[in-house]
Amino acid sequence: MAKGNRKVPDINSSSTADIAFLLLIFFLITTSMDTDRGLARRLPPPPDKEQKDQSDKVKQRNVLEVFLNKDDQLMCGGEYITIGQLRDKAKEFIDNPNNDETKPEKHSIQVPFFGNVMVTEKHVISLRCDRGTSYKAYIAVQNDLVGAYNDLRDKLAQEKWGKNYLDLNEDQQKAIREIYPQKISEAEPKKYGEKK
Amino acid sequence: MGKFSKTGKREMPALNTSSLPDLIFTLLFFFMIVTTMREVTLKVEFKVPQATELEKLEKKSLVTFIYVGKPTAEFRAKLGDESRIQLNDSYAEVAEIQDYIIGERASMKEEDQPQMTVSLKVDKDTKMGIVTDIKEALRKAYALKINYSAQLRQ
Repeated sequence: MAKGNRKVPDINSSSTADIAFLLLIFFLITTSMDTDRGLARRLPPPPDKEQKDQSDKVKQRNVLEVFLNKDDQLMCGGEYITIGQLRDKAKEFIDNPNNDETKPEKHSIQVPFFGNVMVTEKHVISLRCDRGTSYKAYIAVQNDLVGAYNDLRDKLAQEKWGKNYLDLNEDQQKAIREIYPQKISEAEPKKYGEKK
Repeated sequence: MGKFSKTGKREMPALNTSSLPDLIFTLLFFFMIVTTMREVTLKVEFKVPQATELEKLEKKSLVTFIYVGKPTAEFRAKLGDESRIQLNDSYAEVAEIQDYIIGERASMKEEDQPQMTVSLKVDKDTKMGIVTDIKEALRKAYALKINYSAQLRQ
């Protein structure tokens, strides 16, 4: 009975767009596009007795003490400074360009691409804060210290390869990291401010 | 000039919308791919501080979040203005962090465990005391890779 040339009727697809729109709006709302960014840090492993003996041996000239008190005032190497001065001060300390007696001592080490370089490999920046310090000020200081390292690394990379540190390849970055190793120690805070 | 005279009989041709679903689907797929669903409901308010030397936090599956800030408005009456720590969906004390980190680490794949990163999302007006306590707890739990969440300063 059925005729062979009967066509299958088209499915009405005019509502596909509406369905797709609904889904689209759902995903638009649930999307959080913000990529998480932050200051990456490495904590020291939990303290044990052997470590304590080691830390006592660090010479005075190799340590830059940065201290934040409960009113967010900044002290660096024994004098009050503002946050704007910190970056230059840290750079001078890490690099020690004039081989200053009071700045960290330099050792000659062998680095790929560079040969023998004088490096202040034993320097430590010791960051200490009070329990009452605000987190905002703490991050600002951390940021400037990391910034000081990044500036020095970029400067060296520009001199050698004409590129920024982040654009170099793995081996080149490693060589620069050997010349400017990042050594920021976050000491446990003392309770200066809260006790009265 | 009869060319321009309107006869009224002429109709606007219907716009062909048959490719509209395809366009929408393309957009839909884009958003489906970039979407990361927020897994926890926030019970603390925080505004992260601003900084310039930022690094991107990669591989979301390796990251554990710790939130610190003031309780949100609905909990404030009960808990006050003091900064609180939030782990997963509930408020927590510093002593609970160590167990939480160990639990999170155990749920990761074994080869990923050394790369575990803890992202601290801390309100900028928090006092350092509580942050230091968290850091100490993280050190004890051997979660040494941390990331202070911050916004890019323009």
